[in-house]
Amino acid sequence: MTNYTPSEIMITSSARALAGERVVFVGVGLPNIACNLAQRTVAPDLELVYESGVFGARPARLPLSIGDPTLISRATLACPMPDLFMYYLQGGRIEVAFLGVAQIDRFGNINTTVIGDYQRPKVRLPGSGGACEIAIHAKKVFIITHLARRTFVEQLHFCTSPGHLSGQPGERAAWDMPGTGPQLVVTDKAIFHFDQETGEMVLFSIHPGVTVEEVQAEVSWPLKIAAELQITEPPTDEELRIIREELDPGGMYL
Amino acid sequence: MKIATMREAIARYVHDGDTIAIEGFTAFICFAAAHEIIRQGRRDLILCRMTPDLIYDQMIAAGCARKLVFSYLGNPGVGPLHCIRRAVEKGIPRPLEIEEYSHFGMVARYMSGAARLPFFPLRSYMGTDQPKVNPRIQFVDSPYGNGQVAVVPPLNPDVTIIHAQRADASGNTQMWGLLGVQKEAAFAARQVIVVVEEIVDEDIIRSDPNRTVIPGLIVDAVVHQPYGAHPSYAQGYYDRDNRFYLEWDQISREEATTLAWLDEWVYGVDDWSGYLAKLEKREPGIWKRLAPGEAWSQPVNYGVYG
Repeated sequence: MTNYTPSEIMITSSARALAGERVVFVGVGLPNIACNLAQRTVAPDLELVYESGVFGARPARLPLSIGDPTLISRATLACPMPDLFMYYLQGGRIEVAFLGVAQIDRFGNINTTVIGDYQRPKVRLPGSGGACEIAIHAKKVFIITHLARRTFVEQLHFCTSPGHLSGQPGERAAWDMPGTGPQLVVTDKAIFHFDQETGEMVLFSIHPGVTVEEVQAEVSWPLKIAAELQITEPPTDEELRIIREELDPGGMYL
Repeated sequence: MKIATMREAIARYVHDGDTIAIEGFTAFICFAAAHEIIRQGRRDLILCRMTPDLIYDQMIAAGCARKLVFSYLGNPGVGPLHCIRRAVEKGIPRPLEIEEYSHFGMVARYMSGAARLPFFPLRSYMGTDQPKVNPRIQFVDSPYGNGQVAVVPPLNPDVTIIHAQRADASGNTQMWGLLGVQKEAAFAARQVIVVVEEIVDEDIIRSDPNRTVIPGLIVDAVVHQPYGAHPSYAQGYYDRDNRFYLEWDQISREEATTLAWLDEWVYGVDDWSGYLAKLEKREPGIWKRLAPGEAWSQPVNYGVYG
């Protein structure tokens, strides 16, 4: 079997989850590579949308930021940010969005604001950016993050972006949130889904060579495990070729 | 006459204690204006920007600001903004008050300001802790009986500074690329400074009215400053200097190295020409490295009527 890095299996797992999707809100780094891989494999009609105000991007190089000029050249459309947030996001046109996290709880609620107290922070993080409204409006939210106990916490220090809230059925609808919230968490060791009834994160698959105990050791709450736990399909040779030769030839994110 | 040097424009329009917005989302960030504000020693500014970026990291390290209004605090694609973190976490060089929104919240604040509305509604913030730490984020009932909506107050800067590709001498300004919230921030402001790569004839502006983003009507000063957005970029003119964004991550980690950098690159030069000369001396091929290839749009026919 071909060797691959933890980042590569995160990328291929995320890309495959985009099969059949039409409009994706992309972030930089791994989500960007995953979305571009999906466009070349399972979702050829995928439109890449960036919060900087670009729809239908065709980046010719790996963008270092979501405001990279390569996202503009050859894009279908570039718009002012009010259009992007009001008509594309709040208007319900975004099917899947990728978010990163500093902390995530068992219901997929996300902290990217602060570690410690807000007024006297231990670590000041970036804050929301567009994440809060993305978490509310995108039809589905996919999360890519490394599996670590300091990230997968019992109690967020701050809730920046809503997931399944306290896990009560209908809670998101009661807040008038159009999106269905987090549906997938892809990590370097395992993949999680969310229970449709309780909104709780469920261990869906473990990557080849990883044990359930290793996953549990990096999660602060007792994990629910899917009845039929899967082993993640490793990257194929073709996927690895596209990633290494076309998408990230400099190996910046691998 | 609106055409001014950067020194004149900053001296005339930016005062201690003012609320300032230097907008531009990753692109068109006017570092030339920021460096002049630092050089002229402005204090107690309220700095507004969706993404404070390196530009406000530098201004805050130089002690220009007492407050920051923002929605994403990071060195895009690289990591944290160390100077702002030092100010927030340790009060270095002075304590920094913060007022924090999401991106949509900041966009809505500029729209509200530009349209002179008392607030702007948006569907955001529900179920989060953000309204708990920013009491200016409120929820109101729809008067039509169909639910609640979040509202944010208008943002009306004393001065908005915008960088763009080109303008005529009256300040009619054309941009292409990431348009960000520049139009909204300009219309929201009491005074507007436009900084451009090129000053062009009015005829060129009139040949393509759909590309005019800001009318001269609301512009107070036009500054001609090629490469004025470095290390940010101007679409089609020069690329973002990603190498500097990575370098700043190292420079800004310690207060001492940050101050040494400001001494050398901001206080140590007279103006932006001095900064550019230093850049070119350090790296003679810099503009070749940052030059994009050519990708021209196809012209369109507006037609002649009458």
